[in-house]
Amino acid sequence: MTAGADWRPGASIQALRQRAEWRAQLRQFFDQRGVIEVDTPLLAATGVTDPAIECLQESVSGYWLQSSPEYAMKRLIAAGLGDCYQMTPAFRAGEQGRWHNPEFTLLEWYRLGYSADDLMNELGQLTDALLGPAPIRCRTYQAAFRMAGLPDPLLASTDALISAARTMPAACPLPSGMAHRALLDWLFSQVVAPQLPARCFVTHYPADQAVLARLDPDDPRLAERFELFIDGVEMANGFRELTDAAALRERFEADQAVRRACGQSVMAIDERLLAAMDAGLPDCAGVAVGLDRLFARAAGVESIAEVIAFPWARA
Amino acid sequence: MATYSTNQFKSGLKLLLDGEPYSIVENEFVKPGKGQAFNRVKVRNLKTGKVIDRTFKSGESVEAADVMETEMQYLYNDGEFYYFMAPETFEQHAAPDAAVGENGKWLKEQDTCNVTLYNGEPLSVEPPPHVTLAVTQTDPGMKGDTSSGGSKPATLETGAVVQVPLFIQEGEVLKVDTRTGEYVSRAKD
Repeated sequence: MTAGADWRPGASIQALRQRAEWRAQLRQFFDQRGVIEVDTPLLAATGVTDPAIECLQESVSGYWLQSSPEYAMKRLIAAGLGDCYQMTPAFRAGEQGRWHNPEFTLLEWYRLGYSADDLMNELGQLTDALLGPAPIRCRTYQAAFRMAGLPDPLLASTDALISAARTMPAACPLPSGMAHRALLDWLFSQVVAPQLPARCFVTHYPADQAVLARLDPDDPRLAERFELFIDGVEMANGFRELTDAAALRERFEADQAVRRACGQSVMAIDERLLAAMDAGLPDCAGVAVGLDRLFARAAGVESIAEVIAFPWARA
Repeated sequence: MATYSTNQFKSGLKLLLDGEPYSIVENEFVKPGKGQAFNRVKVRNLKTGKVIDRTFKSGESVEAADVMETEMQYLYNDGEFYYFMAPETFEQHAAPDAAVGENGKWLKEQDTCNVTLYNGEPLSVEPPPHVTLAVTQTDPGMKGDTSSGGSKPATLETGAVVQVPLFIQEGEVLKVDTRTGEYVSRAKD
């Protein structure tokens, strides 16, 4: 192929016009609810410590392209801004496929005083507005495993997970050297997710998958984290936010230890976020929606490349 | 030992899995937002043709299969092996029946074929998409037959049997599509 021959958009003009309409519709959704739009930096001094996310670094400044606007938005909320949302590009190195693009669009919003249930309810309204109304089912992470015929993910030993993985009807050989957490992720993506109802919240993730969610005060084995799946594809991830800076520092340090043990580069901790939380992050809930995926579902297409003007290979 | 990282995966890439050569048919990147990334692939066993599913942790290295697709000239069959020659080096390779399989019936001496080598040995042989072969046996067509309607079997010089129009006579040279096994036309000259 001659250089430049792929100059045209990957998405159809019709899909791109539709995308603009959906974005306008989303702005209206938040306008009507008094949630204000914000902009936060795409480049910042630190990225995330999360072992499962590789940030991209800008080579001249050494700053990091943000994998999510979460930390900056929490600093705004700690400073007193209140309910806010943004639609922003986000970046994750090496994530490329049917449902991934290294540069993608996140819709993220925060609601003060909301519980996880309140925010799931609002996300349901947003989903109905974009995709047309349909019931959304709700399953705990634990129940989703059990209903797929798998052992209890909170109790099962690593060996029990391995033997369960081997007896699955659609079983294909497990990758070698799978740690406990990787096994859970493998079982979830290979076995659990394909069996979820068409629209389904998964709630109450195990505490070691809390990320930035608060632990359930009634059962600290669980985190107040939820995800939305549509047709088995992960669409959104939300938290009743952890507001305890000391607890978050411990999680960041644990992330760094994991990265060090796996020979991954270790990201510095975002001290400004921790200082903001120390000063006081109001009780709130927040959620990030993979907007390209939601648009792909709304358009009825099977890859995000069909709703992105210039996906990675044409960017 | 050559290896590939999962981020190099694409269809057609040749991998060595459990000691067998495979070709990637389909590669899908699967990753929970907050969890371990995997590559879920469909791979075809190059010896048996069987397609299986595998998953790899993203970033994992997988051994490459020493598989090479080359063009070679078909020389002859000695009853046990089919012999091919690399056009530049004149190096000869003997392909067993298992590697040639059904495609043997299209092989005509001097024709250029696609030979897949695994560790230097022929693993599979693909004939050219079109071959020109002479008819060695076919029943005479009925008088007055024109170019439309009806067909009959004809045996070609390589032993292949194809359906041909009724007007084709023994000794004629035909163009045949080896992918569908169908008659295309009379050869031009």
